[in-house]
Formats: sequence, C-alpha cells, structure tokens
Amino acid sequence: MVSVGIDIGSTATKAVVFDGRILGHAMEQTGWDPKDAGFRAFRSALDKSGITEDWVGSIVGTGYGRVSLPIFTSRVTEITCHARGAHHLDPATRTVIDIGGQDCKVISLNQDGSVADFIMNDKCAAGTGRFLQVMAGILDISLHELGALAADAEPAPLSSMCTVFAESEVIGLLARGTAKSSIAAGIIDTIARRIQGLAGRVPFRDTVSFTGGIAQNGDICTIIASRLGTRLHVPVGPQFVGALGAALIGFDES
Amino acid sequence: MTTAKTFAEISTLRERNALAVKEAKDKGLRVVGTYCLYSPSELVVAAGAIPVMLCGTSQNPIPAAEKVLPRNLCPLIKSSYGFAATDTCPYFHFADLLIAETTCDGKKKMYELMGEMKPLHLMQLPQLQDDAALTYWTGEMKRLKSRLEKEFAVDITDEKLRDAIRLVNDERRSLKEFQDVCKHDPAPISGMDMLTVLHNRGFSIDKQAAIDLVDRLTAELREMADTGISPFKPATPRILLSGVPVGIGSDKVARLIEECGGSVVCFESCGGYKKVDPIEENGDPLAAMADRYLQIPCSCMSPNQGRFNLVEHLVREFHADGVVDLTWQGCHTYNIESYRLKKHVQETADVPFLQIETDYSESDTDHLKVRIEAFLEMISRPKRAGKNPVEPKTA
Ligand code: SF4
Ligand code: SF4
Repeated sequence: MVSVGIDIGSTATKAVVFDGRILGHAMEQTGWDPKDAGFRAFRSALDKSGITEDWVGSIVGTGYGRVSLPIFTSRVTEITCHARGAHHLDPATRTVIDIGGQDCKVISLNQDGSVADFIMNDKCAAGTGRFLQVMAGILDISLHELGALAADAEPAPLSSMCTVFAESEVIGLLARGTAKSSIAAGIIDTIARRIQGLAGRVPFRDTVSFTGGIAQNGDICTIIASRLGTRLHVPVGPQFVGALGAALIGFDES
Repeated sequence: MTTAKTFAEISTLRERNALAVKEAKDKGLRVVGTYCLYSPSELVVAAGAIPVMLCGTSQNPIPAAEKVLPRNLCPLIKSSYGFAATDTCPYFHFADLLIAETTCDGKKKMYELMGEMKPLHLMQLPQLQDDAALTYWTGEMKRLKSRLEKEFAVDITDEKLRDAIRLVNDERRSLKEFQDVCKHDPAPISGMDMLTVLHNRGFSIDKQAAIDLVDRLTAELREMADTGISPFKPATPRILLSGVPVGIGSDKVARLIEECGGSVVCFESCGGYKKVDPIEENGDPLAAMADRYLQIPCSCMSPNQGRFNLVEHLVREFHADGVVDLTWQGCHTYNIESYRLKKHVQETADVPFLQIETDYSESDTDHLKVRIEAFLEMISRPKRAGKNPVEPKTA
C-alpha cells in the first residue's frame, strides 16, 4: 500500500510518498493558496516516485493547512506527525525541537515514538522561522548568511523576543554601530533562549532531534545546541519530517 | 444538544429570569450581586434577598472596560467591570448591593472602581487556611451580616441562617448529583451542555425551583446513561477541565475540546466541582459557614494544597484520560500554580496534562485547536489501542 503524507505549513508545503520505504518527496511554496500548494506537492511527489494516483491508498494531511484539502483520508496534527517522523528516522529520539514558519514546539516522546508531552509557543512569532526571516531582512542578508555571520561572534544582548520590539532594538543597535555579526548572533540567541524556556516545561531527554527548515543551517544549529547544552541530531531533510510522519501514520493505519 | 427534556427549560433560564428579577424588584425584593465563590449566599438568602452571580463571562463589554482598566488584565475582571460600566447586564442593573472579596490583586483593585458605581461591601479574605485566618474570616462574616441587616433593615436570626444553610446545601447536593452523572462512561451529556446548565441555573431567582429543575434533569440523564444514550463513543477521550472560572461566553476551550473530539466530563472550576461541599448544619451557623468558605481551594490561597488534592481526586472519580488546565491571560495565581499542578497530576494520577493560557477573544482559536487536537491524539491513539497513554515509570 502506498501512503502519502502532506504537510501544509505557513511557508512551505511538503509531501512524502511511502510504501514501507520512502519513494519520493516534494516541496512547494505555500503562497496564498494552501489548497493549491497541497495539490502541487502531491502531484510532484507522485511524479518523482514514478507512480500514479490509483496506487495511493491513504493521504494524511498535517500542518496548519490540514483542513483545506478534500483528498485527505485523515488529518493529524503536526505534533503527532513530527514525533512519528523523527522517531522513524532515529528510534533513539526522545525529544523533538521543531521550528516552523509560524510556531515552534518542543515534543517529548515515549520510547515507542508516541507523544508523551509537548509545548508550543503562544500566538506570537517569537522563536519562529518568521522571526529569523524578518530579522535577516533588517540586516539585509539571507538566512544562510545570518548563520554564517553569527558563527563565532559574541551575541549582542537583545532583550525582546517579540518581532515588533526586536525589530526596533536591532535597528537601534545598527545605528549605534554594533557589529552586524554580533547582532546576528544575538538574534539567534533569542531563538535559542525561547526554545530553552519551552524545553524546561516538558521532559527533555536525549536524543534530541531538530526538525524544520531552519535545522538545515549548521551554524544556527551549533548556537542553539550550545545554549541548550545538548547535542542536536538533525535528520536528513529536516523539513520533511512532519510529512513523513503523516505518511507513516497513514501506512500504519491501513 | 442533549435530548433530555428539562435541558431546554434550564437553558433559557437566564433570559426568562431577567424579567422575573424586574418583577421581584417591583414587588420590593432586594437583589445582591456576587462575583466569587467566597461570597456567602446563605447570608443573602437569610436576609430575604436574592443572590445573583455577576461574574463577567462575555467578551462584549471588554473594549469598554479597557478604557479604564489595563489591557493585559484578566478578561474575567475586565468583563465584570465592563458590564457594570456600560450598564448592559440586567442583573447588575437591578442589584441593590454588591458583595466582593479581596481575592486576587486585579479583582480587589477593580472593586475600588466598581464601588463608585454601586454600594459595594468588600470582605477581606485571608489567604491562608489556618485557625488565625478562620477567626478573622468569621469576623468578616459577622461584618457582612451587620451590613445586610442595616442595608435591608432586617434581622438575620440564627434560625433564618440555618434555614438558608439547609437550602443552599440542598442546592450543593443537587449540583453534585447532576455533575456526577458524568462519572458514567461515556457521559450522558456533553460538557458544553453541562456548562449551560451550571451557568444558567444560577440566574434563577427561586432557589428551590432551580434545585427541583436540576434534580429532574439529573433523573432524566441517569435514565439515559442506564439505557446507554450518550453523545460520545466509549473511546472518546474524557477530559477534566481545571482552572479559572468558565461560563457561557467564556466557554471557548470547553467548546474546542469537544469540537476536536473530546468529552469534558468535569469542571473543577468555581461554577463546577469547587462548589459542591456542604456546610456543617449543626453548631454555630456563622462559624460553620466561615469554616467551609475558607476551605475553598482557589489559587489566591497560599499554599493551596486543597486544589491539588481535589484535582487528583476528580481525575480518579471521573476516570479522566487527561487534564486541561485553563488559565486566563493576566491571571498570575492560576498561571503560576499550573506548573505545580502539572507535577502533582503527573506524580499522582499519571495522566497527560495541558495548560492553556488564553482570553475571551476568538483570535487564537486555530492555534488552540492544534494544541487541543494534538493533546487528544496523544490520549486517544493509545486509548483506542487499549494501551495506557503514559509510559510506565521506570524505577
Ligand atoms: S477562582 Fe477564586 S477568585 Fe475566582 S471566583 Fe473562584 S474563588 Fe473567586
Ligand atoms: S481568573 Fe485569576 S486574575 Fe481573574 S479574577 Fe480569577 S483569580 Fe483573579
């Protein structure tokens, strides 16, 4: 049986095709039409897997857009999916840190990969991919450059985790001539502190898997890991973990 | 909505009784507004007046309240104040006197402002539960008694007070029996319907009539439970909703839990199970009242071990699969207490725990849905497979 998992996030939509092993995957920008992005990712992932729709037995939707696709055979939250996906990629995983476009979460896992506890940030963009994007924009650099710039710098103190206030703080620091590299380090440290705050609220055990697009940035990972005082395991294709989890759940249940 | 016949009658009580209050007022009856579980309604009843609960549970008057109160204040306080300031609650409008307590900081400072609109009697509530506090609190009961006697030119005799205690105790019994039907698995009534009953019955001006009505509903629900009628499936996750007071209008989280496929089987909060313990009917009535009221396990008490014990007990009694602790934004006492409550629940009851901090607005609904759905998934996946949702503790 072929199972497809589709994770419609606020920035990117991911699809994974699974039939006992991963057959293919695809990613599309979500844009303003999550439904369309879902279809595009679905088709593209099937193409890459070299199979047609008739083979597909289950399509599980997750992510904030999980309500929008009529083709879904079931819907599961990104919390459960990330846990399932990360555990599949590394069965030693007991904690998942996921930084998404619009939220960030720390999930604590049981040995079998089921969710034992979780915590998500509230309402605002603090500690999310969006926050990093906005801050990189102010510094007029890419996310990739942000990490590289921050790598060996002493973080400038940024007290605010709120995007709006942090923005004016960063502008203030620039005006005072603070080095861009240390501002970059300060920005990433803000995210790390945010995660640290969340992580203290749930059982936080090794192995810690770090998922979401941000995890691809090695420099950012290193800063967060040292703030948390733990090693971070970054799975291959960290932004596909939710979609993979959805595909696995569909596969398990049929 | 439940098919129990009496439900419809109770669910419209709030609207119907606004008129009844007006008529009662025209006949010379007095109305006393209260805001908190610590307000001793027995004294009001013994003074021949009608107690009504005025606690604000609606978003509507909040923008008006924010003209005076800080925005980052607990929505319950803003709503309560907003109704008063805009004069949009008929029950507030008809109240002759308000009873308030020094519970949390937000409330007591808000009452200073509210006292400028209507006569308000403030009870100084001690915030621990020892003998010295009890002596003090008994004094506060006496002070309220004198105030009511003076205000309404009546004599509150011990006999009247005993009658009132018996009546309100019967109300407590009736409410307990009603809520206890949800010990049945699956529960014969949804949490939202249960909340509707708990909320609306409080607007009845005739306590005995409201007791009879609730008793009738309870009998119907028991029958439904016996014949296996329920809005839920046996696998539906059973949720204990703990924390701040909730009512119709501030029911967002209860509603979302049930929309996402859960069943709220018990409300630990003030309109629910915190309210059911009776007052000792023998001995000095004022002392017995003071004793009972001081034991209320509100987060404004420190320490507040009683609440931890209550939640632990309710998880067991109601076979809850998970605890959701609802805390209003700006409510320091419940928000801080949530950390220790979580620990206590995990140590004693071994069920998952989710804290939700929110307000009365709908702005975070989608966000809350993800968390609530994930929480229910965390419970129901193992529950369907017949496994314990929480892994056994390793020695
Ligand atoms: S939570 Fe505390 S302050 Fe609020 S109504 Fe209940 S007893 Fe009163
Ligand atoms: S919910 Fe908290 S802050 Fe609000 S009135 Fe009750 S105790 Fe005070």
